[in-house]
Amino acid sequence: MDKLTVSGIHKSYGAHEVLKGVSLSASAGDVISIIGSSGSGKSTLLRCMNFLEAPSAGTITVEGEALQTTRGRDGALRPACAKQLRRIRTRLAMVFQNFCLWSHMTVEANVTEAPVGTLGLSREEARERACVNLEKVGLGREYLARYPGQLSGGQQQRVAIARALSMEPQVMLFDEPTSALDPELVGEVLKVMQSLAEEGRTMIVVTHEMAFARHASTQVIYLQGGVIEEQGSPEQVFGAPRTERLARFIDRARH
Amino acid sequence: MNWDVVVENLRLYAQGAGLTIWLTLLSLSAAFLLALPLAFLRNSRSRFLRRSVIAYTTVFRGTPLLVQLFLVYFGLAQFELLRGSFLWPWLSSPLVCALLVFVLNSGAYTTEIFAGGLRTIPKGEIEAAQAYGFTPLRAALRIFIPGMLSRSLPLYGNEMIMLMHATSLASTVTLMEITGVARNITLNYYIQLEPYVAAALIYLALTAILVAAVQLAERRFANFLRLDH
Repeated sequence: MDKLTVSGIHKSYGAHEVLKGVSLSASAGDVISIIGSSGSGKSTLLRCMNFLEAPSAGTITVEGEALQTTRGRDGALRPACAKQLRRIRTRLAMVFQNFCLWSHMTVEANVTEAPVGTLGLSREEARERACVNLEKVGLGREYLARYPGQLSGGQQQRVAIARALSMEPQVMLFDEPTSALDPELVGEVLKVMQSLAEEGRTMIVVTHEMAFARHASTQVIYLQGGVIEEQGSPEQVFGAPRTERLARFIDRARH
Repeated sequence: MNWDVVVENLRLYAQGAGLTIWLTLLSLSAAFLLALPLAFLRNSRSRFLRRSVIAYTTVFRGTPLLVQLFLVYFGLAQFELLRGSFLWPWLSSPLVCALLVFVLNSGAYTTEIFAGGLRTIPKGEIEAAQAYGFTPLRAALRIFIPGMLSRSLPLYGNEMIMLMHATSLASTVTLMEITGVARNITLNYYIQLEPYVAAALIYLALTAILVAAVQLAERRFANFLRLDH
């Protein structure tokens, strides 16, 4: 069964249609990279998947469970059942471009908060899980008591990845996870993501890192003007782009 | 100089300080509880709720505390209906009137301080709470309120000090807190300086304690805001 399926996602801001019917599905172990120029709607698409943005139309299905929606007065979809949305969100852990760690909480609290609060783990279980996942992203126990403000951007993003891992999610959503980092810190985050991909985790990654898309993903989606213009294996998309536009995009990204 | 008078009346000063502390703590606690929900409503998506809170804070921040106190203590007595009502035993008490006015006044300032604190919480932290499936209550308890209070602490500390000093106005409605005690001594002994100096020193000492408490709280709860990167 597919871990996550979205189909027919439309999203408009006023008269401006950002997404014009996008469908994709991720099976277990898929690593889907979504590439495309700025303004192509790729972040919006990712944020529609967990309803941080309300799509104008479309369906979202997680492990066979379709998210129930109704239509609001503004024309956008609304969750029909807040409880179901919360439950579905706990299975889709998101990693944000700007980390979005809770700045008033220590690293330990950041990584244990959601498992305790929304999954119902005990403090001890959550702490154990936190230690395992922090180690996985290369951060030892000495970081538990630090605050996000004391860490570098790369370390903060790795804590954010540990926070996502601690949900033991079905699918991990990455929203340009290296775009806010200083160039010398990008590598440490990509390395962690690469190892997660190799572990067989299901990931959907919006990214500008072509090397990651080419070497770590099982599927690449090229989004252009709110529609999927090309999709396929990294070899197909990068090795033999069918459209001139994608060829130029890849060429530009290389320099 | 006539400090003997002050020494002779130390017991009265102690009682006055007791009343000042009591008035301050009680008003602060109640104003805190009032401001907590109002700060959220102040940032509510509903224009009606937002404007209602703005109307309240504008009225109570826009008029002098002393005038508010006189209006409640002396002014309300003009209403026949109120004097006959079951509320009158309370509203005729200077203590209740003073407390009521202090709470409403400080509640208005505190609401604005907290509401400002709420607006400084990074939007991404709120989105992260949503994305991780927090219930609204949990987001409030774990993200909004701690984020708001820690960021409000310096301003809120100021408000606490201001309110403690504002309780001196209670002396105008017969309450014998520190300032009332000092004023009584000046009237009884015909000396104008020493009783007020003694009062000022007590306020200074109480303020020092309050400042230390706020600093302690800042170190404990708001350390993350001044971390070196």
